[in-house]
Amino acid sequence: MSETTTGRVPVTITVNGQPCTREIEPRLLLVEFLRRELGLTGTHIGCDTSFCGACTVILDGDAVKSCTLLAVQADGSEVITVEGLEGEEGLHPLQQAFSEHHGLQCGYCTPGMLMSSLALLAENPDPGIEEIRKRLGGNVCRCTGYQNIIRAVQAAARALREE
Amino acid sequence: MYPAPFRYHRPATLEDAMALLARLGDGARPLAGGQSLLPILKLRMDEPTDLVDIARIPGMRHIDGQGESIRIGALATHARIAVSEVASRFPIVQDCATGIADAQVRARGTIGGSVSTADPSCDWPTMLQVLDAEVACRGPRGERVVGIRDFFRDAYTTALEEGELVTEIRFRAPPAGSGGAYLGFKKAAPAYPAATVGVHLGLADGQVCRQARLVLGCAGPRPVQSREAEQELEGKDLNRDNLRRAAEAIISCSDPPSDSRGSAAFKRTMLHSLFMRAAEIAIRRARGETVKGGTLYV
Repeated sequence: MSETTTGRVPVTITVNGQPCTREIEPRLLLVEFLRRELGLTGTHIGCDTSFCGACTVILDGDAVKSCTLLAVQADGSEVITVEGLEGEEGLHPLQQAFSEHHGLQCGYCTPGMLMSSLALLAENPDPGIEEIRKRLGGNVCRCTGYQNIIRAVQAAARALREE
Repeated sequence: MYPAPFRYHRPATLEDAMALLARLGDGARPLAGGQSLLPILKLRMDEPTDLVDIARIPGMRHIDGQGESIRIGALATHARIAVSEVASRFPIVQDCATGIADAQVRARGTIGGSVSTADPSCDWPTMLQVLDAEVACRGPRGERVVGIRDFFRDAYTTALEEGELVTEIRFRAPPAGSGGAYLGFKKAAPAYPAATVGVHLGLADGQVCRQARLVLGCAGPRPVQSREAEQELEGKDLNRDNLRRAAEAIISCSDPPSDSRGSAAFKRTMLHSLFMRAAEIAIRRARGETVKGGTLYV
C-alpha cells in the first residue's frame, strides 16, 4: 500500500478461502465490505456499537467484531464468515447442533454465535459450561435465554471430537 | 454508522510513523487495534483528518514477564497478556486483562491503545496506576519515560506530545509478601464497567500493612488515588474497620458521573463493596493463596 492515500485504497482480503480485491474508502467497515462489496449478507449488523456480536467473523484465527474494524485493517488477512462454515458434506457440526438443539429462534444473532463458538472450539475442543458462557459473553441473544445455545456448542464439541 | 472521512496511512516502521504523525499534526491519530478508537470515530466524538495504522509495526508486541523489570509492548493485546507469564505471576494483571470487554475485543485491543485513549472507563490505566507503572514514549525528540500518574492529564487527555507514541509499559515486580487484586462491575461482558477498584498491599507478619496502593476507576476523569486513604492502612492492622476507613477516604475523593451505568450514589456503593472484596483478595494473595478476582457481570 502506498504510504499516503487520500481517496480510495486497494485492499485484498481472503474471504472463505477466496482472495477478494476491491478499491474502497478507508472508512469502510469490515462488515460493510463483506455485506456490500462481496454480497455476503450472512454476517449481520446488530447494534453497530461493538456490543451485540452479531457481526462476529474470524480474522486470522480470532473471533472479532467486524463492525469495529476497518476493512483496511484486514488487508492481507484471512476472514471466515458464516458462509464459510458449510462444506461439501453439508452443514458444519456447529450449524447442525444449533439446529438440533434449538440454539436459535429468530436467527439474528446466530451467525455471530456460530463464529464465536468456532473460535472457541478451535482453541479448546472440550470446553466446560463456564468457559462457553465466558467466550460467548460478547454475543447477545434476545430470544433463547442462552441455555440451548450452550447445549448446542457442547453437542458440536462432542461431534467434532468424534470426527 | 460511519466514521467521518479520513486519509489512511500504514507506515512500515516506528520511525516512519512518528515522522508521519509529527508532519500531519493535530488532526492525525494513531490506530492500533481500534477497539476504543473505532467506536469514538463512529459516534463522531472525534473526526481526525488522518489515521496512521501502527498495528503491523514490528517490535512492540513483546510481553517480558521474567525478572524484576516487567515490560509489555504497546501492541500486546489484552488476550495475549491474559495468558502470559506476567498474568500468571501477578494475578492482578490477569484480573484486568480477562475483565476487559469480551473475547472479540480482547483479541484486537492493545494495552498501548487503552493507555493512550485514556478513557475514564478503560481498565489498564487504573490497574497500572496500582503498580506504579511507567509509560515509555517515543517521538521525534527520542524516548522519554513518564510515570503513570503524570501520564493521565484528564479524560481522553495524556502527556503525549505531537508525534509521540506509547511504545512500552513497564513496572517493577511487586516484592514477595505482597498481593494485589483488580475488581470491576459491569452489566454484561461487552459493557463498559460501572465501577472498578485496584488494590495492592504489602504485608508484614501476614496482617500488618507495610505499603498500600489504592486506585479507583470510572470514578472521575482520571484514575482516583489518595495518599491519605493509603495512609489509613500503612503501618496498621488490616482489619475490617481500618479497611472501611480507607474505603471511605478514597471514595470521598471520587466523583463518579450519574449515567446509563448507574447513579453516582449507586456507583459509590458499588465502589465500597468492590474495595472491600478487592482488599480481602489482595490480602489472601499476599499470603500465598490462589483466589479468583476480575470483573463481575450478570
